[in-house]
Amino acid sequence: MASLRFHIRFPEDKIKEPIIYQIGHEYNVVTNVRRADVRETTGWMDLELSGDVAEIERAIAGLREKGVIVDPIELNVVE
Amino acid sequence: MNKMKALVCRECGKEYPTKAIHVCEMCFGPLEVKYNYDEIKKVVSRKAIEQGPHSMWRYLDLLPVEGTNFVGPHAGFTPLVRAKNLGAYLGVEELYIKNDTVNHPTLSFKDRVVAVALTRARELGFETVACASTGNLANSVAAHAASANLRCYVFIPGDLEAAKVLGNLIYKPHVVEVEGNYDDVNRLCSEIAGEHGWAFVNINIRPYYAEGSKTLAFETVEQLGWRTPDQVVVPMASGSLLTKIWKGLNEMKHVGLIDEVRTKINGAQAEGCSPIATAFKAGRDFFKPVKPKTIAKSLAIGNPADGYYALKATAESKGAMESVTDDEVVEGIQLLAQTEGIFAETAGGVTIGVLKKLVKQGVIGKKDVTVAYITGNGLKTQEAVIDAVGRPTRIQPSLLAFEKTFQLRRTNGGTP
Repeated sequence: MASLRFHIRFPEDKIKEPIIYQIGHEYNVVTNVRRADVRETTGWMDLELSGDVAEIERAIAGLREKGVIVDPIELNVVE
Repeated sequence: MNKMKALVCRECGKEYPTKAIHVCEMCFGPLEVKYNYDEIKKVVSRKAIEQGPHSMWRYLDLLPVEGTNFVGPHAGFTPLVRAKNLGAYLGVEELYIKNDTVNHPTLSFKDRVVAVALTRARELGFETVACASTGNLANSVAAHAASANLRCYVFIPGDLEAAKVLGNLIYKPHVVEVEGNYDDVNRLCSEIAGEHGWAFVNINIRPYYAEGSKTLAFETVEQLGWRTPDQVVVPMASGSLLTKIWKGLNEMKHVGLIDEVRTKINGAQAEGCSPIATAFKAGRDFFKPVKPKTIAKSLAIGNPADGYYALKATAESKGAMESVTDDEVVEGIQLLAQTEGIFAETAGGVTIGVLKKLVKQGVIGKKDVTVAYITGNGLKTQEAVIDAVGRPTRIQPSLLAFEKTFQLRRTNGGTP
């Protein structure tokens, strides 16, 4: 059981979709939103995913397939 | 004196012990160091600082380390150069260059932040340090780790240029070339930092690491005779440097070293990677991440960790932000070299290009005491200017050929 933290961003055309709900149903992970800012044309969330590491990896790939951009919670760490 | 009170979340204010942690467990906001300013006020003074070492450690009372067993004891206290020629060219009467092209030991401002990070990492008991970097940060971490006998891992993307890899290998760290692109390296390092007990300087040590940038503000004020400049121009990558210069100036006032802060903080980015400057100019309080495409590689952070805070600091100080094209970056490097004899890397070209633009726009006035931060040495990014500097004048090996080529008349001896 692992808990990993991510910063995710929604493109404008995905803002109305219940993507977090879908991910929680399609994969065996617990989704936990800690901080978010969703507006008309932009949206982001700081999200914790808990579960088996392999399942979290699948959930991340699933988020990306849905058009969501997934970054580490620290954003860019390569300087 | 216990000068560090806690690590504090920049979003929700929750406090944590001063360990190797960087994210708030409650809201996932970033942590930063909170100081016991009342205690610091009792010991800090201009006189004590002036009698300190000729390095950034003269500001030890305002840095997040406990002892004096420094890694990187010579970092900082770089020259503040009165740039009369560049000032005359641009139309600014009192212009200065804060010249970190000569920072010790790896010729960039990263030596400041890494010195703080590794000193703190050693205090916290770490024996292995690491970073993910494509340039200046890796150089600095590897060099400091070598001198401090710390084990070092440097993570780089698989497609990094050979010259940049060499700059790391010479210090003999473990250079890990990750098969994949920038985003892959980014994510892997974030995960490694979470799983291994290492000091990842800009991840789990970031609250301490970032504080080293304040010394650029401290030195500027002291070198100006304990006054704050009216305007500064700061290059932005993650945005951390800009926020810490603002924090440093305000800390100096808070502990009584100066009476007022009258500085406008201006941010500079390259157009090919300008998420923060673009947001500022659009009047937004949030930025949209970008895929970087610029020759200013040391500023090429498309999703900057401190972007939001940089926007806030610039707004609070009533400063501005601008961006410049790659051609303007090269022109900026040449202008600085040809007027002041300082060869800056591409980030310096961004700073000078934006300085020029802000003066032209009237944002920086003729009478404003202005400081431009030049954060890295041009010898590191020679490829950026190779097509712009021309060729040597070739002559036959004879006095006559020399005189003819340069249309010189003999002066009978050494007198001019």
